Amino acid sequence: MIFYLVLALAILFFVAYYFGSTRANAMAGGDHSKLHSRPSYHGGYLALVVTVPALAVLIFWGLFSGTILDRMVTSEFATQLADKSIPEIEAILRDARAIAFGGIVGFRDELKEAAAIRYEELSATATWIVVALVAALCALGLYFGVRSMSLRMRARHFVERFAISLLIACSAVAILTTIGIVFSLIFETARFFQKVPFFDFLFGLHWSPQSAFEAAGDQASDKDLGLVFGAVPLFAGTLLITAIAIFVAAPIGLMAAIYLSDYAGPKFRSIAKPVLETLAGIPTVVYGFFAALTVAPAIRGWGEGIGLSVSSESALAAGLVMGIMIIPFVSSLSDDVINSVPQSLREGSAGLGATKSETIRKVVLPAALPGIVSALLLAISRAVGETMIVVMAAGLAANLTINPLEAVTTVTVQIVTLLVGDQEFDSAKTLAAFALGLVLFCITLALNVIALKVVQKYREQYD
Amino acid sequence: MNMMTEAETKMAGETDSKPLNKKMQGEKVNVHYGDKQALFDVDLDIYENQVTALIGPSGCGKSTFIRCLNRMNDTIDICRVSGEITLDNRDIYDPDIDVVDLRARVGMVFQKPNPFPKSIFENVAYGPRIHGLSRNKTELEEIVVTSLQKAGLYEEVKDRLHEAGTGLSGGQQQRLCIARAIAVSPEVILMDEPCSALDPIATARVEELIDELRENYTIVIVTHSMQQAARVSQRTAMFHLGYLVEVDETDTIFTNPNNPKTQDYITGRYG
Repeated sequence: MIFYLVLALAILFFVAYYFGSTRANAMAGGDHSKLHSRPSYHGGYLALVVTVPALAVLIFWGLFSGTILDRMVTSEFATQLADKSIPEIEAILRDARAIAFGGIVGFRDELKEAAAIRYEELSATATWIVVALVAALCALGLYFGVRSMSLRMRARHFVERFAISLLIACSAVAILTTIGIVFSLIFETARFFQKVPFFDFLFGLHWSPQSAFEAAGDQASDKDLGLVFGAVPLFAGTLLITAIAIFVAAPIGLMAAIYLSDYAGPKFRSIAKPVLETLAGIPTVVYGFFAALTVAPAIRGWGEGIGLSVSSESALAAGLVMGIMIIPFVSSLSDDVINSVPQSLREGSAGLGATKSETIRKVVLPAALPGIVSALLLAISRAVGETMIVVMAAGLAANLTINPLEAVTTVTVQIVTLLVGDQEFDSAKTLAAFALGLVLFCITLALNVIALKVVQKYREQYD
Repeated sequence: MNMMTEAETKMAGETDSKPLNKKMQGEKVNVHYGDKQALFDVDLDIYENQVTALIGPSGCGKSTFIRCLNRMNDTIDICRVSGEITLDNRDIYDPDIDVVDLRARVGMVFQKPNPFPKSIFENVAYGPRIHGLSRNKTELEEIVVTSLQKAGLYEEVKDRLHEAGTGLSGGQQQRLCIARAIAVSPEVILMDEPCSALDPIATARVEELIDELRENYTIVIVTHSMQQAARVSQRTAMFHLGYLVEVDETDTIFTNPNNPKTQDYITGRYG
């Protein structure tokens, strides 16, 4: 039903638009200079006035019809439902709805059959009310819209203001979603810290949530919970792998960027740059099995060849592959930054008898440094948030170590393992994932803010 | 206007005081950008301790020619230069010549002031540092101060040598660029429309400076302003559509040009 109504409104929209613009044209007698706004705006005005209120009613009904019907049915059967608990009432209503509108019914009884009949009746009435309301709003809109049309009417202002409010609504969706996510993180994290002391979590050296889960049956005390949820090994692991990744990506990416921007011919550049950027498009899972199946065994082989003990999953393997993954970020962003250093500086330096490499080292790179730093920071925040490669190549063992040849784990990996599988939603173990997520969010946010600040400072230099 | 004419006649009058020595010589210089030829058989000599002005309408090849004199055109991939250009009778396009060394001898000041995003001191010290012209910090400081003095900028910036060079005004930035060029002790200074981005007062200051610098350096200047060419130069070369139309002493060019095109251009009939 709603579908047909929306379709009807869409058709009505175009009809009203056509009618409005023709009418405006007729009013002006073909002389557009008499009109305040062009005929198309009059058309738009009429179309909006006719359809938008009706559409609003439809949206409201679509969102809240279920709740309203449930309320009405519950209040009618209040006496029969009085001794039932909330989940029981919900189950009864669910079955009644299934009987009325089709669906899988648990089991039937008299109460449900009766409720189902009421559902059908109410829903039918409601539909007619909505149809009537929509029709009435359209008619009213048409009547007042047409009546208010005049040569001097500011139709363009109306349409443009509507468009602006639509744009504001869209940006509000993005912002509100972000805020919503952050708040849900904060609330779940607060619940977690009711179970596990804040400082034990942030500074604890031992991470084994699995043992907390097993011990839960044996009435583990809160004190024990604090001991198994120490996040330091995770952050140390994240730091170690990120450091290795940046150690790989920074020099390679930067030098590639220098070659691309200052030495490569335009032909080579036009091919190499997109190719480098596709490296960023490879799914990280693919990097992950490359790391797990090729790099990690190779490192193990080399390590044993020179007499080192290397675990089959190592921070080094994950870090190396992650470094390769973020090379395109570093090189592509740095290339843009280096390119944006004015050509006149290069000429100025060359005009003083500096060689190309002197010019790059002493003029171009210092001028581009802030941009390069922000490129690196963006690459770091990407590396910090990376999961798949670490899951596959570095393992799950929360070792507190700085030896890159051992298995380590990272924050993101632990979030995955905490939430995978059937679990109660309010156990300390699941809530820990939210706490980790929040801390990670704060870290990447801080990195992004720093990157942004650096970029701003950089911009001031040339503008 | 009257004053300018006086200054012009005075400067032009001084030319005869020294025997003239050919510092750079261009012979049959042809330049192509890809398929397009930008210069046709240009023969032009640059005399020592003189200011040579290159004038002509936009696109006439004067900037192309000046950029041949220190091989700045090498940085443009599609640019080909043929013919012979010599500096002290040595072909600067000879494969044995190191272009880096050439550019240290033939410095350049650009149209738009382009100080490096470094401090004023570092801007001037840049050239001497890369060429190893100083043995220690004191010597370097001395070079920087003398260069700034010669460029007439020292008094204005002596208290803020370590502030950013990009923070100076346009005219000061251009004089900083001149100081930067002087610091390498070049023999020839090329100036590609050095005043086109400056206001009249800063322009007057730079023109005065150019006249002072003539004592020690050979100067080639590209300019769009007839008055500027008349005020600062001793010789003027007129370019048109890639050809050198006429070259002579500045006062001859401006009072009694041989070629009708020159006559039209300097009187403002086209260009």
